Amino acid sequence: MFIWRGNQNPFMTRDAAHLLPSTEPVTLIDPDGHPVPCDGHEMPDPQALVRAYAALITARRFNDQANALVRQGRLAVYPSSHGQEACQVACVQVLGDGDWLFPTYRDTAAIVARGVDPVQALTLLRGDWHSGYDPQATRVAPQATPLATHLLHAVGVAHAARLRGDDTVVMAVCGDGATSEGDFHEALNFAAVFRTPVVFFVQNNEYAISVPLARQTAAPSLAHKGIGYGIPGERVDGNDVAALLDVLGTAVDRARAGEGPQLVEAHTYRVQAHTNADDPSRYRESGEVTPWLARDPITRMETYLRGRGLIGADKIREYGAAADSLAAGMRAGLGDEPVADYRELFAYVYAEPTPQLREQMAVVADELSREEAR
Amino acid sequence: MPEKLTMANALNRALRDALRADDSVVVFGEDVGPLGGVFRITDGLTAEFGEQRCFDTPLAESGILGMAIGMAMNGMRPVVEMQFDAFAYPAFEQLVSHAAKMRNRTRGRVGVPIVVRVPYAGGIGGVEHHCDSSEAYYAHTPGLHVVAPSDPADAYGLLRAAVESPDPVIFLEPKKLYFSRAEADLSTPVPPIGQAVVRRDGTDATLIAYGPAVPVALEAAEAAAQEGRSLQVVDLRSIVPFDDETVCAAVRSTGRAVVVAEAAGFASVSSEVVARVTERCFHSLHAPIRRVTGFDIPYPPPKLEHVHLPSVDRILDAVDELQWEYA
Ligand SMILES: Cc1ncc(C[n+]2csc(CCOP(=O)(O)OP(=O)(O)O)c2C)c(N)n1
Ligand SMILES: [Mg+2]
Repeated sequence: MFIWRGNQNPFMTRDAAHLLPSTEPVTLIDPDGHPVPCDGHEMPDPQALVRAYAALITARRFNDQANALVRQGRLAVYPSSHGQEACQVACVQVLGDGDWLFPTYRDTAAIVARGVDPVQALTLLRGDWHSGYDPQATRVAPQATPLATHLLHAVGVAHAARLRGDDTVVMAVCGDGATSEGDFHEALNFAAVFRTPVVFFVQNNEYAISVPLARQTAAPSLAHKGIGYGIPGERVDGNDVAALLDVLGTAVDRARAGEGPQLVEAHTYRVQAHTNADDPSRYRESGEVTPWLARDPITRMETYLRGRGLIGADKIREYGAAADSLAAGMRAGLGDEPVADYRELFAYVYAEPTPQLREQMAVVADELSREEAR
Repeated sequence: MPEKLTMANALNRALRDALRADDSVVVFGEDVGPLGGVFRITDGLTAEFGEQRCFDTPLAESGILGMAIGMAMNGMRPVVEMQFDAFAYPAFEQLVSHAAKMRNRTRGRVGVPIVVRVPYAGGIGGVEHHCDSSEAYYAHTPGLHVVAPSDPADAYGLLRAAVESPDPVIFLEPKKLYFSRAEADLSTPVPPIGQAVVRRDGTDATLIAYGPAVPVALEAAEAAAQEGRSLQVVDLRSIVPFDDETVCAAVRSTGRAVVVAEAAGFASVSSEVVARVTERCFHSLHAPIRRVTGFDIPYPPPKLEHVHLPSVDRILDAVDELQWEYA
């Protein structure tokens, strides 16, 4: 096992060079859809790429539909991952069934890519309950809004798995802003010291609401934050699903093999507002966004796959139709009726409601029955 | 079998027996491994159960609690130690936003059975940041259970119950009682979490206390008895869930009450007790309920803590003011 006595951490190494990220983010397919060779990294097999492409189409459609539902007042709020779909898709595709995903509020598309029912995945943002799916059954933790706090839970889940001797890996996702939170550092440190199988996946979309990356850190990159904890850091083009599959896949394999945690920073961009309630014109020029539109993760994959004859018009139509039916399911599933009963407000505070909670629930029941009688 | 032991012995035995009884129990925190904790509550556990069951972590309280939450989500029953009351504050966000809310957030699907042991309160001549009475912060947070034992037998029984609880439990260990000895039979079950007990019968007035204030209340009752006044003493044991039934029955039986607590009185557990009892027992009361609490000041330096802490005299003065002229 991996806990030690005295002052001998068998994993401590004075050799630091391998902990540093590459100077440029790993890219395997450039924005024009051309493959680029990259030392030490391999193009994933065609099957994996086609699967990722289909998931990208679905994720984009999910984002579009969710944005539309906000405009119609059927969702309270939606933090879109438009433009970040390659990250959303890849961090899930590299996981096995028994692995865990720890997402943030921005990662609903990843949760759906994991196989969670889209309507259940939107429970939080629709305002029905705080979380709508079963974390144990889906191996997806409730979406975290207190920034970086969930990274520690990810470490705990992974540590428990190691103690039991199973080979679960945990994918812990956060944004660039969250890397300034204390819990980010504590999570990396705990994961490193206990050598827990966690992949910390930072989607650096250059903004934390209105605050740009330069205000979060003076580090050369976010991936450089790994070295201080003895964790290897890697940078990857966050709009290149092929590179993401390779880098994240390797990190997951390493973690599963007992080689400890890894930090992966995906360089991407928040093309849309933070949420529908945000006004980016107050803090960034629209000209800043334009070049990123040309780096769209979907068009470059489509160009690459079509160029190699890996997909054709029929496949594209098929994936589009699947995405349409998912969107139709969202529209149909998100009705007006609340899914939860007021009694549930009291039912899940403790395993057994306290006498005081029973009294309070009775007060509401009485109020409601008098309202009905009126 | 009855034996004489300290609260520290009893807590250590409770952890040992819990680790023996259930493989999913793990103990961790700062210096809890080979050292056995700064108060030696985890003494010998690493030696007996190995470093996977009782281990030291890096020095970061939010990290300790956050990791405990994840381990609990994955089938473990973590028992974590916060080294001192005031050093638990870095873990506050994890407690309030996650430990307390996980069951609720997941609509009942995921509970986090964690025990957070907090060496707590003053009376030991500790320097600043080592003597806080932090119970109100926890008690104010729906989703947490908050308990405080006042003698070795209860310390053992409540800690075993806390480890078995499906909900997160803040376990407040009165530091000044760690090394006080008492007769206890650890094989005799204690009342469950959520029940208060009457520690001393009395007919004239009720003292309501918990944790470190209980022995002081008992002493005051003894002194009052010398003066011919019969004081009943209720030990809350469990702040959350609160035992309205036992407390109200006690107050109704005497018609007078004083709440005794070390914590500052403003917006405190003691204010809650007064409010609850007044709402429920108004017509049985012969006098307004009094409180004897710490003052609304940061915990004093060691040489002045005696000024701050509820004392027998202060309790007896409060009892004297319970409008006996109308008796
Ligand atoms: C502890 C905490 N502080 C503040 C907030 C409010 N808040 C929500 S999202 C956000 C920005 C986070 O930025 P980043 O981590 O880069 O993620 P992104 O939204 O860009 O995906 C802030 C400040 C919060 N959720 N949690
Ligand atoms: Mg960001």
